Amino acid sequence: MPRTPIEIPESIEYLSVLDETGRLDRDLEPRLEEGLLLRLHRTMLLARRFDERLLSLQRQGRIGTFPPSSGQEAAHLGAAAALSPEDWMVPAFRELAAEIWRGRTLESVLLYNAGFNEGGHIPPERNDLPIAIPVGSQILHAAGIAWALRHRRTDRVAMVFFGDGATSQGDFHEGLNFAGVFSLPAIFVCQNNQWAISVPRARQTRSRTLAQKALAYGIHGIQVDGNDLLAVYAAAAEAVGRARAGGGPTLIECVTYRLAVHTTADDPRRYRTEEEVESWRRRDPLPRFQKYLADKGLLSEEGVRAAEEEVAREIQQAVERAEEAIKALGDPLDLFEHLWAEMPPTLREQREELIAALAARGGEETHG
Amino acid sequence: MAKLNLVQALNLALRQEMERDDRVIVLGEDVGRDGGVFRVTEGLIERFGEERVVDTPLAESAIVGTAIGMAVAGLRPVCEIQFDGFTYYGMHQIEAHATRLRWRSRGRFHVPLVVRAPYGGGVRALEHHSESREALWAHLPGLKTVIPSGPRNARALLLSAIRDPDPVLFFEPKALYRAFREEVPEEEETLPLGRSRIAREGGDLTLVAYGAMLRPTLEAAEELSRQRGAEAEVIDLLTISPLDDTLLVASARKTGRVAVVHEAPRSFGPGAEIVARLVEKAFYHLEAPVARVTGYDVIIPLFRREAYYLPDVPRIVQAARRLLEAP
Repeated sequence: MPRTPIEIPESIEYLSVLDETGRLDRDLEPRLEEGLLLRLHRTMLLARRFDERLLSLQRQGRIGTFPPSSGQEAAHLGAAAALSPEDWMVPAFRELAAEIWRGRTLESVLLYNAGFNEGGHIPPERNDLPIAIPVGSQILHAAGIAWALRHRRTDRVAMVFFGDGATSQGDFHEGLNFAGVFSLPAIFVCQNNQWAISVPRARQTRSRTLAQKALAYGIHGIQVDGNDLLAVYAAAAEAVGRARAGGGPTLIECVTYRLAVHTTADDPRRYRTEEEVESWRRRDPLPRFQKYLADKGLLSEEGVRAAEEEVAREIQQAVERAEEAIKALGDPLDLFEHLWAEMPPTLREQREELIAALAARGGEETHG
Repeated sequence: MAKLNLVQALNLALRQEMERDDRVIVLGEDVGRDGGVFRVTEGLIERFGEERVVDTPLAESAIVGTAIGMAVAGLRPVCEIQFDGFTYYGMHQIEAHATRLRWRSRGRFHVPLVVRAPYGGGVRALEHHSESREALWAHLPGLKTVIPSGPRNARALLLSAIRDPDPVLFFEPKALYRAFREEVPEEEETLPLGRSRIAREGGDLTLVAYGAMLRPTLEAAEELSRQRGAEAEVIDLLTISPLDDTLLVASARKTGRVAVVHEAPRSFGPGAEIVARLVEKAFYHLEAPVARVTGYDVIIPLFRREAYYLPDVPRIVQAARRLLEAP
């Protein structure tokens, strides 16, 4: 009985369309119309500047802890841009540009991070779940949503985001495994940003790539330059098209980098060098995409300046509107809301208790 | 009316609800071709096909987690977890998401999910197959924990659970699966979740029980009646959480003497919450310290010693006597 090799036919590809020096592979370049390219740029810029503003608001104590997304915009925006509005998006918590692309308002982000549940509301026109904080747990929801979409004979798909750390979780395995077994229309987008707080990518797995894990589930997998919006878009569009056509799920590993802190409570100097961060700054997706648009003659220096002014204005207005909105959000009794379709008697009693406690304090405890 | 055992009654509920509502999907390990290890889903795959009765890979977190996604996207999944000891793999999904998505999305989404699992002792099973840990679940805001006590109410409660817009953990007393039969009407019958019921009327003392413990509790009540002419009122909780305390508080005010019976470990068990409610709402009516007849704070032993762990008629009667004899 000899040892015989088992042929595993698939291999994993790495996709890069626009490299960090701005060189473009014209054969692989996705054909995106001008208006779409400019909207993508505009969203990326807005997300970057808004992220910076959130950081400064946090440092001033005006909002709470939040996870910045600077540096990863191409990875999540490029993927989300391949979805149609009827598709579903399941975020983790570092997909600011994708959420904005899908219609989340800046005010909603501000309210949420200022500690008001109201910021978690998903309006009916958005088929997106709210952010999911327990790492990797949302992967299963996307598989389940994709399952329901197929069951209902739609051609919609579900796309889920997670980080490199999530690939160590059991739910990652279970989600990809179920998606593979049932050939679900799901796209699993891993934003491999190299660090799970202080633990490097190499400490998550001995696998050479995260994308190759797809092979074990019998599904499609690809690694892309996650700071190259065109590459991410191309890979995602291919995966979405395949899922719509009944071709099953795809794992996309976007190789990117978290330029900022894990959350505002984190100090990355404890675990990574400034040289490393600097080397990734040179691969920043935003200037790279701006150069691409400039080379195509779609965006002049003047155009960039105008866009910067526009997003600065938009952010300022959102901050002002959010601060105004917060003044009307003082009702402490809101904490009992939205848990049940129908509030159980026990909870009604507890609600009455808070009403009485507030009355006893003369209403001083309402906060705005 | 047909006389059905618990397995047949649950099967009837699933079959009728799947016929009525094509959004209902049953998924779990061995629920399809095998009809479930206790046969609760028997015949469903033949009737509804493998798209609606899904044999999944062996992964409880994914069974619950994907069902949450299905529920959010408009289906009505009913998951079977093969034994209560394996529900914990899915507990994170229930705690972190099923109970919270309505809240987190401010009402945009809700999770009409049922997780069925057999619980409790009495079937001479392996380790992890006999626990009664409903208190772990009852502590979670946003989750209904329902435990029927017989075929008829099990069928009616399961229908309500599937129709409920929020997640329901449905614990089936496995000791009762084939223990007895009851008249179960073919036509639809539901019971509201979150309501207890009076299983036996009486004015001398109150016994609170649920699930598999209802039967020994009722037997104990009969024995007390025979032996001492003392009439126990027996409250059957049916829903553990959110706990409906109206009947048990009213009964305690009437009798002043209360014992709580459950097979779950005593400390921090459902009995602790019930006693707290009585202290809050019926304290001045109590004539004796409230008794707890429960499992002990140990891992339930393998089956040779299980009978010493599980509350039985003599233990309930003994506790009741002490209550009645209190000055």
